[in-house]
Amino acid sequence: MSQRNVIPFGPQHPVLPEPIHLDLVTEDETVIEAIPSIGFVHRGLEKLVEKKDYQDFVYVAERICGICSFMHGMTYCQAVEEIMEIAVPERALYLRTVWAELSRIHSHLMWLGLAADAFGFESLFMNCWRLREGILDIIEATTGGRVIFGSCKIGGVRRDIDDETMKGIVEKLGTIGAEIGRTTDVFLNDYSVQHRLKGIGVLSGEEAHALGTVGPVLRASGVAMDARKIDYAAYRNLKFEPVVEKAGDCHARCRVRVREIFQSVDLIGQAARKMPGGEIFVKVTGAPNGEFFSRVEQPRGEVIYYVKANGTKNLQRFRVRTPTFANLPAMVKMLEGASIADVPNIILTIDPCISCVER
Amino acid sequence: MFFKKSPWIIHYDATSCNGCDIEVVASLTPMYDLERFGIVNTGNPKHADIFVVTGAVNESSRMVVKNIYDQMPNPKVVVAVGICATSGGVFRECYNVLGGVDKVIPVDVYVPGCAARPESIIDGIITALDILERRLVEFRKAKSEARRQEKKLRRYHLND
Ligand code: SF4
Repeated sequence: MSQRNVIPFGPQHPVLPEPIHLDLVTEDETVIEAIPSIGFVHRGLEKLVEKKDYQDFVYVAERICGICSFMHGMTYCQAVEEIMEIAVPERALYLRTVWAELSRIHSHLMWLGLAADAFGFESLFMNCWRLREGILDIIEATTGGRVIFGSCKIGGVRRDIDDETMKGIVEKLGTIGAEIGRTTDVFLNDYSVQHRLKGIGVLSGEEAHALGTVGPVLRASGVAMDARKIDYAAYRNLKFEPVVEKAGDCHARCRVRVREIFQSVDLIGQAARKMPGGEIFVKVTGAPNGEFFSRVEQPRGEVIYYVKANGTKNLQRFRVRTPTFANLPAMVKMLEGASIADVPNIILTIDPCISCVER
Repeated sequence: MFFKKSPWIIHYDATSCNGCDIEVVASLTPMYDLERFGIVNTGNPKHADIFVVTGAVNESSRMVVKNIYDQMPNPKVVVAVGICATSGGVFRECYNVLGGVDKVIPVDVYVPGCAARPESIIDGIITALDILERRLVEFRKAKSEARRQEKKLRRYHLND
């Protein structure tokens, strides 16, 4: 009988820029069990709502996670707006959609790069991050920030994008999109990439649903579930279908993200065509009273915000269920029975964002 | 400007929101390209000269930061990236945040910004290189002085 060993993985590990600790119980080269322990990034920012004004709290909400920061701010604003029954101007909703899709593109490109790094394809990693800079340029030109936008506020958005710029953005996305296509071809067709990802970490549709996974992990297992379909922001006026793959392995999750990049480019084009004129925010006074669940599809999956207000300037309770938290049980399940060499790939294909998980 | 050594950096996320982390990685990629200075990101503290920390420290990450710092060979420099690592930033009032990284280990360079821009991160690391070079000279001096003392002791058979 072979011997059992416990291999510690993290919190400081070359593959992951973020701290998560796993105890991998192994037998020879096979992982028998993975025991995660988290808490290295816990700050306790949910409690901060009791100290900060509800309008200022948008800043903190954006800093729950620096990758989908705009979407966090947007989810929070939506929740408070619903409680206060504010009618957000149509143009602001479209602008939010554009920025949300831009952050999805930049997040997916970032993930493609990190995944390439995890299976040791250094030049592909560099290439993805080079393309990502093009998207960041657009974001910087329209919001002033590269990763933290700070452009969403309760009642609308802070900045406008004029029609000329919008046209320029769509054109630029066309050229970047062609370049992205050349790079993602490698992910889709390259023999060695397929060799590393195909058939690894397979999750069937039922398992994925039972374990409560969300986002690309769920869609890669054949379940068409996308929170954008619940019609927040301007998505009710845009035409799209959730990207679905059947195989449920690492390569399927990779394909879902690649296709979502192009879907986002298309959505931005649609939004630019349909964007109405008018105001970009309404003035908000008073204090919220009530509670609301807000749901938004982030690059990693569906995020749920619970906001409870009691008629004062400070909220009473604020709770976030982030997509990575929902995907962690599936990750632990996939790691069981995997080979040690595939561990980084499997961890990365759920696109872990530890700082949202622990907040 | 030239450097005698190609310094390697190690990056650890204490409790950052990821904003600064991706900017640290972005400054290593083709657009900003810290690697043109011979600076490489390594995962092993024993190979690293510059310790780049992002985010404030909390109870669990305190020990990890300290461990990594202790494992790095001398001379070493610490760069705190982002306003969180400098003072705690927006999370300063959170119950689980102890404050800036300097609560745990000595910090040499503070890079401001939320998120810190790649340009300022590069500037911070170049500043750290100067400090590293100076430390190296001091370190060599201290080492040769120690060797001299030891030789002296040996001559008089004082350390037998
Ligand atoms: S300084 Fe800002 S961007 Fe950087 S880790 Fe802190 S909150 Fe995030």
